[in-house]
Parts: sequence; C-alpha cells; structure tokens
Amino acid sequence: MEAVLFFAAAIGALGGAIGVIAMRNPFYSVLALIIHLFSLAVLFLLLTAAFVAAAQVVVYAGAVMVLYVFVVAYIGGGEESAWESIPGQRLLAPLIGIALFVELAIAVLASSLLALGTDGPDVKAGFGDPAEIGRLLLERFLVPFEATSVLLLLAAVGAIVLASRRGAATGGSGAASAGTPREGEPADAAPGPSIGDLA
Amino acid sequence: MNIEWYIVLSSLLFAVGAGGILLRRSPVVILLCLELMLNAGNLSLVAFSRMVGNQEGQVFALVVMVVAACEVVVGLGLIVAIFRRRLPLDVDELRELRG
Repeated sequence: MEAVLFFAAAIGALGGAIGVIAMRNPFYSVLALIIHLFSLAVLFLLLTAAFVAAAQVVVYAGAVMVLYVFVVAYIGGGEESAWESIPGQRLLAPLIGIALFVELAIAVLASSLLALGTDGPDVKAGFGDPAEIGRLLLERFLVPFEATSVLLLLAAVGAIVLASRRGAATGGSGAASAGTPREGEPADAAPGPSIGDLA
Repeated sequence: MNIEWYIVLSSLLFAVGAGGILLRRSPVVILLCLELMLNAGNLSLVAFSRMVGNQEGQVFALVVMVVAACEVVVGLGLIVAIFRRRLPLDVDELRELRG
C-alpha cells in the first residue's frame, strides 16, 4: 500500500516537474507546478510530516500559486521566441541536467549512511504533527522563527516598492534616456492588478 | 519504503529543475524551476529527518518554505516592474543592469 502510494505520488511529482519545463505557455507551467506540489504533499505525509504537508498545500498550492496565476494573467501568457541566443541550448541543457542527476545518484548510492537503506526508526505517534512542530518552533527555534517573520515583512515591503506605479514612473525616465522606445509616460495608466494593489 | 527512494526522487526533481533553468528563458518559468529545486531540497530534508527520527529537519523544511515564499514575492515584483517598463520578458535580452 505504501509502495503504491509512493510510486503514484512520485510519478505525479515527476510529471508535474517535467510539465513545468515542457509547457510552452507559462500558465500551463503554473498548473503543472500545482500538481507537483500536491504530489509532494502526499510524499511528506508518507514521511510522517503531517504539518509540513499541510503547510505545503495551504501556503504553496494555495497562496503562492494564486500569486503566480495573477502575475501570469497580468503579463499575459506569451510564448517565448524560438530564437536561441546560445547555440545548442536546447541540446545542452537536458544533457547538463542528466549529468547532474547522475552525479547526485552516485553520491547517494555510494554514501556510507547505512540508515539510507532502511525505512527509518519507529517513531512515536505524534511525530511531525502540528503540536510537536509548534513546540520545537516556539522553544528551541524561537530566534530563527522570529527572524523568518522579519524576513517575510521585508519581502512584502520590497515587493510593494518594486511593483508600485510611482517606482515604475521614476525609473521610466532613465529607461527613456537609455534609448528604450517608449510611447509616453501615461502608458502606465492602463488599469491592471499588481502586487502592490493586491497586497 | 526505503529512505533511499525518496532521496533519489529528490535528486531527480532537483536535476529537472536545474535543467529547466538552463533550458527556459522566460523569467516566470525560471522562478517556477527555482521552486522545483527548493521543493526537491525540502523533500530530502524531510526524508533525512525521518531517517534519523528527529523532527528538526521538518522545522528546517518549513523555514525553507518561508524563504521560498519571500523569493517568489520579490521575484514576481521584479517581473511586474520589468513588464511595466515595456522591457522584453526574456532573460537573454535582460543581461544589462542599467535602464
């Protein structure tokens, strides 16, 4: 039963990952990533990490993917041009990826970690559930936990500053002086959702 | 299931993400491939935490998730800013830092 679940989730995760890089339209890439994230949540459940699986579904497949969908809808799901600026990029990139996987697989299979070949030790019933993780976060890892909250605040402020209309307008004159063709400043007046508006 | 399976799957997903970053040129898809690599790292963190029977790896995975969310927010803000300035959304054409 566990093996069936593992292989089903592994195929889902791998298919989603390949879908992300194979789809021509970025919108379909985002949808493939959602499949990938749900399959990973199943894998986390198999590894008795219930809280991480729940956070994966709620934070990633919920919030972050909504942000992606909004941005892809805003910039338009244009397909990238077939022109290659680096000759042989289509051929070389998969080769380098395969080489990386072979290296990692050799490193894993040749490692001297004997416990790798086991199912892991028997754990007590509450392993990885929200109560245990919450106790760890608020006792042992209190300082990193608070540091991540500051980091989140900084990221939100940074995104608002980056995507605000005022920031685009002040930088726009620099773009015009650099020779980029622009059809007047008021081009930014087109209504459209942005991260700054959504936040 | 052996922990080894999870680690091999995680390295496969990481390699797919790295190949995608080399292959694609749209910044949105490159961010998505970064997500793939971060999630592969998360999978191996959780698998190793199961292997030692210790929950601290899961806390680490949660912190990685937070950092990934921050990276997504800033990256998407940059993409929106690039789009607003009518610059091409192609990383090969965006290789100059000015303007």
